[in-house]
Parts: sequence; C-alpha cells; structure tokens
Amino acid sequence: MQEHRFSSGLKAGASIAIGYFPVALTFGLLAKTTGLSLIEATAMSIFVFAGAAQYISLSLITAGVLPALIVVNTFIVNIRHFLMTAALNEKMEPDARWKKALYAFGITDETFTVLATQPGDKIRTSFAAGVIVISYGSWVAFTSLGHLIGASLPGFLQASMSIALYAMFVGLLVPSMKGNRKVVSLALIAALFNSMFYFTGWLSTGWAIMVSTLASAIIIELISRKGVAA
Amino acid sequence: MGAWFWWMIFGMAVVTYIPRAIPLTFLEGRELPEAVQNVLRNIPYAVLGALIFPAVFFIQENVWFGVIGAASAFAIAFTGANVILVVLGTIAILSVYGLWFG
Repeated sequence: MQEHRFSSGLKAGASIAIGYFPVALTFGLLAKTTGLSLIEATAMSIFVFAGAAQYISLSLITAGVLPALIVVNTFIVNIRHFLMTAALNEKMEPDARWKKALYAFGITDETFTVLATQPGDKIRTSFAAGVIVISYGSWVAFTSLGHLIGASLPGFLQASMSIALYAMFVGLLVPSMKGNRKVVSLALIAALFNSMFYFTGWLSTGWAIMVSTLASAIIIELISRKGVAA
Repeated sequence: MGAWFWWMIFGMAVVTYIPRAIPLTFLEGRELPEAVQNVLRNIPYAVLGALIFPAVFFIQENVWFGVIGAASAFAIAFTGANVILVVLGTIAILSVYGLWFG
C-alpha cells in the first residue's frame, strides 16, 4: 500500500497547492483592501478554508451586509459539500469517527475531486491527510503573503495561473474518461445542466453545482440500470 | 474590523464545517441502499463536469483564455500526462498566449 501513504498524499495534493496559490494570494490582497488586518485575513483562511465563501464574504462586508446574513450565505454556498462528503465516505477506509471528523475539515471541491478520483478501492486516511495538509498549507500561507506584499502577480502570470484549478479538474477527469462512456456522460450531462443554470440565472453557483451533479448522477444511474435489465 | 468580525468568522467556520463533517462521521459503518451507493459513486465525475463548465470560460474577461486553456488541458491530459504536468503545461501555454496577445 505504498501509494496510499502520507507522502503520496502530499504529491497528489501538489496540483491543488499550485492552483490555490494565485487564488489565495488575491484573497489576501482583496481582504487588505476590504479593511481586514493581516491577522483577520489569515484567521478567516485558517478557520473557514472555503474559497468561494470567503471571496463572497469580502464583497458582502464591503456592501455593509449584516454579519449574520453573511454566515447564512456561507452555509448556502457550502451546502454542496454534504453531497461530496457523502460520496467520499463510500471511498474512504473505515476509521475512528474522531479521525474522520478531523479530516472532514479539509474537504473542499478540490481535495474532494483529487481523493474521489484516486484509482483503487479504498483510500487510506493518511493519504487524505497528505492531500489536505499541502492544500490547506498553501491556502493559509498564500493568504498571508497576499496581504503582506499587498500586490498580485504580474498580469500575464495572474491570468495564466487562473486556469490552474480547472486544468487540474481536467487532468483528473480525462484518465477516467478514456474508454468509459459512463464517465463521459456523467461529466457532460452535469456540465450541460450547470451551463443552463448559469446562463438562465435560475440558481446561484453553489446550488447549481449541487443540483447539476445530483441530476446527472441519478439520470445515468437510471439509464445504466435499464441497460442491465434490457 | 470589530468584535463582530470574530463572531462572523466563528459562524462561518461552523456552517462550513457542518456539511463536511456530518456525512463522513454519521455514515461511518452504515451500509446505504445499493441504488444510493451507485448514485454516490457517480458523483465525482459529475462534479468534475459541473466544476469545469461553464466556469472555465470566464476565468478572464477575454473568453479566449478559458477556451485555449480548456483545450490545452484536455489535449495534454489525453496524451496520458499526469495531473501536475497538465496543470503546469496549461499555465505555460496561457503565459505565452498572454505575453503575446494579452
């Protein structure tokens, strides 16, 4: 089980750390211009560790929205993680509840996708810890750095690095897509639903991702079961 | 920021942690119905589709950044390169594009 140890987790999480670098740096910078101190900006990344929700909170603070409403909005944006951690639970090795409660803190869109697409039957807790430690470290450290230097990357690098997390998602998806129509259909249908929600504005981003994912997963399950029955 | 800010962070931390922790701890050691398990096994690939599209096209105001970036990432990934190479290769291609046309 060499490939499921902590250090291989760190390696598997390196793409996330790279992808978080420009996002966290910009968050630190924006937090500074919003009026957060270095301690406050870093504390938000340490305790919340949720990119989209943190970004939205900054614009809501600027708009003078009630703090209680910012908390409610954070919950709504992160509801999709119910679905992801329920799916991840099927893939993780059984372990003590306190350990699972501990690493649950580190489940983001990115750490979820890296863990859930690992080949093999069950994922070791130590592997998950490696993926999370390097991702969380990057998120917190670069939030502080962004606030400290108070500037973002040179324009061309900022623009090109904004692709990093999407390139990672593609890099995780493609190996499973090859010769597997089910995986292609799952991704395609979810992408179509999510695009529809985006362009019609029927659902906000957090909900749209959750509903699209669930709809696609259920539709494909129904179709493939029919295929078996026929 | 005043004391309210720390209460807000506390609240944000709690409501972010709940959806992460409840399924992982509550479902431990429980066997879900076969149909639910199958749907949950489909989730990772569906999530990837929804996370990539359509957001990848809007990473910059210039929509070509997203189009070229997505095409490059798929092309590199289809050669069988590992994830980190897909990420670094795509960044490199977009840096060149950005320096010339940005």
